[in-house]
Amino acid sequence: MPLLSVRDLRVDFSTPDGVVEAVRGIDFNLDAACTLGIVGESGSGKSQTVLSLMGLLADNGRSSGSARFEGRELIGMPDGELRGIRGNRIAMIFQDPMTSLNPYLRIGVQMAQVLELHEGLGRREALRRCGELLEAVRIPDAGKRLDSWPHELSGGMRQRVTIATALLCKPSLLIADEPTTALDVTVQAQILALMRELRRDFQAAIIFITHDLGIVAGFCDDVLVMQDGECRERGSVESVYARPAHPYTRRLLSAVPRLDQDVRSRAQGRAALRPALEVDGLDVVYSLKRPGMFAPAPRLKAVSSGAFMIAPGETLGVVGESGCGKSSLARAVIGLVPASAGRITLLGRDLGEAGKSAWKDARRNMQMVFQDPLASLNPRMTARQIVAEPLGACRPDLSRGEREERVVRILNRVGLAGGQLDRYPHEFSGGQCQRIGIARALAPGPAVVICDEAVSALDVSIRAQIVDLLMELQDELGLALVFIAHDLAVVRQISHRVVVMYLGRAMEIAHSEHLYGRPMHPYTRALIEAAPIPDPEVERARKREPLQGEPPSPLNPPAGCAFSARCSFAIDRCRREMPELRAVSRSMVACHRAEEIAPSGA
Amino acid sequence: MFRYALKRVLAAIPTLLILIALAFFMIRAAPGGPFDTEKTLHPEIEAKIRAAYHLDEPLYQQFGRYLWGLAQGDFGPSFQYIDRSVTELIREGFPVSLQLGACAMLVALLVGVAAGGWAALRQNRFSDHAVMAVSMTGISIPNFVVGPLLILVFAVHLDLLPAGGWPTEGFFQRLPNMVMPVIALALPQIAYIARLTRGSMIEVLRSNFIRMARAQGLSQPAILLRHALKPGLLPVLSYLGPATAAVITGSVVIEQIFGVPGLGRHFVQGALNRDYTLVMGVVVFYGVLIILFNFLVDICYGLLDPRARQQN
Repeated sequence: MPLLSVRDLRVDFSTPDGVVEAVRGIDFNLDAACTLGIVGESGSGKSQTVLSLMGLLADNGRSSGSARFEGRELIGMPDGELRGIRGNRIAMIFQDPMTSLNPYLRIGVQMAQVLELHEGLGRREALRRCGELLEAVRIPDAGKRLDSWPHELSGGMRQRVTIATALLCKPSLLIADEPTTALDVTVQAQILALMRELRRDFQAAIIFITHDLGIVAGFCDDVLVMQDGECRERGSVESVYARPAHPYTRRLLSAVPRLDQDVRSRAQGRAALRPALEVDGLDVVYSLKRPGMFAPAPRLKAVSSGAFMIAPGETLGVVGESGCGKSSLARAVIGLVPASAGRITLLGRDLGEAGKSAWKDARRNMQMVFQDPLASLNPRMTARQIVAEPLGACRPDLSRGEREERVVRILNRVGLAGGQLDRYPHEFSGGQCQRIGIARALAPGPAVVICDEAVSALDVSIRAQIVDLLMELQDELGLALVFIAHDLAVVRQISHRVVVMYLGRAMEIAHSEHLYGRPMHPYTRALIEAAPIPDPEVERARKREPLQGEPPSPLNPPAGCAFSARCSFAIDRCRREMPELRAVSRSMVACHRAEEIAPSGA
Repeated sequence: MFRYALKRVLAAIPTLLILIALAFFMIRAAPGGPFDTEKTLHPEIEAKIRAAYHLDEPLYQQFGRYLWGLAQGDFGPSFQYIDRSVTELIREGFPVSLQLGACAMLVALLVGVAAGGWAALRQNRFSDHAVMAVSMTGISIPNFVVGPLLILVFAVHLDLLPAGGWPTEGFFQRLPNMVMPVIALALPQIAYIARLTRGSMIEVLRSNFIRMARAQGLSQPAILLRHALKPGLLPVLSYLGPATAAVITGSVVIEQIFGVPGLGRHFVQGALNRDYTLVMGVVVFYGVLIILFNFLVDICYGLLDPRARQQN
């Protein structure tokens, strides 16, 4: 008998606009100690499926059908009885570790309450067990951490705490709802490695909800593909990935760019007479709040000597984990934050020397597309007004008629037409909002467009469309694109050249094919190794040595190489002496040992 | 902690100075003076009175004199109440207002938080709408309507409570007299606090850590008390600071209606009579209380929120 057997599970929400069917008849079995991946894009009903099993639907939600778990029916079980199962037989971890822990309670208290509740332990005994579990999830100084507050831990550490909490009562089923989505790729690899180990030690079955087909390939036994509340395909990971039967599965799989395959390599940028944008020695320093009245304000150096050059029609990808300074770099280049040192030359004009008027001119030639598609659009303006606004500021030379005509033309070009132009942002989907964002950036006719995580918030299939759109527009208009992202595969797909950043510094700059084909810097390699690949065979054959630790605080950077604390190749010299960017093979690398440790071949 | 307190006290000095200067020059800029009466005084007598109260000196000199007095804890003599100092007037009025105000705030806090929390739990159901409608009424009906209504019902028709007055014997003898003014003072506060609590509790109950607690099998009361109450009360806490300072310094309307000799009337009477020192006295006193209560709120914030503690 399977551990969990779900038949015709349905979830409805009654809303003022009528009944919304979020899940429409899902069936699956899950055996003990097996792992099921539920994959789908946002709104596919994957989260509601598991929340209904736990009886955690919102107040207006109603579930029907059957879900038998360890011989008991979960659907319709009275809340009091279900509470005995939650956190005890079925435990759950959620996406955002930063908000899943109560900021007003110490870690130990939050963990211990589970044992006090389900096993009736006293506080002291409960805390002892919590300490053991924190050790099991490899939290350094586990005993001391019981007294910590959540805000004192990093995101990765907090997710370890929630995993430890989930395992306290040795549940037979663990439900993980996008547990690594909010984490950086190297931290994600650490958490996945930890979960693999715990799965073996605790023998718990896992339902792993994710939008990332790569993680499912490497982590799950079975997979269930959901779309619009229905199951599109279900089967073992091997068979579904090798022979996807449903067109939606095929579309999903083809929409994900893969790091291990040669994508259509983008032709190298044309050798232009002058670069569109040139940045040299750029520093971005933030002053923080003074700790005391007379103490100097601590300075956080977000970017150190940032330098790059980009030709018309070329894409420069910038990758790195959160806090590496990639967004600060973009903001300083476009003048949203002041640069404390360095030179920015746009179309041959030095922006630092020319003063304010140059910046005004620069805005016309340099535009930005932001991460959050909805939040970056003014909710009280229509698509047409949003796109027209920068024209009013940057192109006073155009007549009203010319402007209007131009706005319509650009919006049509990005795929919005007719009545859509007079709708407000909330009436559009995320992908459409980002199209408006792109149209707004293109309206003044810029030479350089900076995309700061412009596709990170979008679903895989939409992401592929937006990336295609950007590449088409670039080819049509000869745009220079700075494409900032944390997703290595997407960056590879769109970029001619790529900069890898770590703790405010460029670690490696190279043409896309060299960087991914033959990464010279140990950090680049770690990033590539940590990125999951949507192919079960490849993913399972990979050796797993996830990068340990987390990036050091930029307030207190290491004396030598920024990466030395986490680098397995680090020698004394790396800890003493900061490596300069230098040409090695066909890349620019900031590593003392680049030649010795470079991978052979290629 | 001590250093933090010291810092706050030092930071309060310029705020107070600005407040004093503004109040001082504004009341002097108002037309008329403390000794303008319907009958015109003999110019010689008036000059003598003005000289006695130093009103003949240049303004900056008066200001300096006033500051010097303040620094020694002397609010000066009242211009209107003969032979009484402002310090005495405040010392008499404040305990009365404090007793009423403190009771009112206590009632408001208990009832308001309970009502607001209950409404939050039953969001958009009938009881939620009912609580919110009642509290909206509480906010919108002015206390000069509530006061007489209370007197009509409880003193005149039911004859349960005295209609007013303030027996001087002792706290417990006064209790019957306090019931109605306390209710009248507390009603709008209850309403505000209930609405604030409801809003912030609804937000907190939606947060991820509450969902997490539910997923761990905690019961609704445990979730409320252990996880939701503290963060849900933080906005109420920041409202409580200035509100308490305002309520314990008395309300002129409530004091008039119920015949209570509190501090509130001095705010209005002092200004109408151009009783310069009395106005200054109550304004400075109120300012100090506001600063003090905001400081207490910040301390409580630190106790409740570990993240705020780190910032201080």
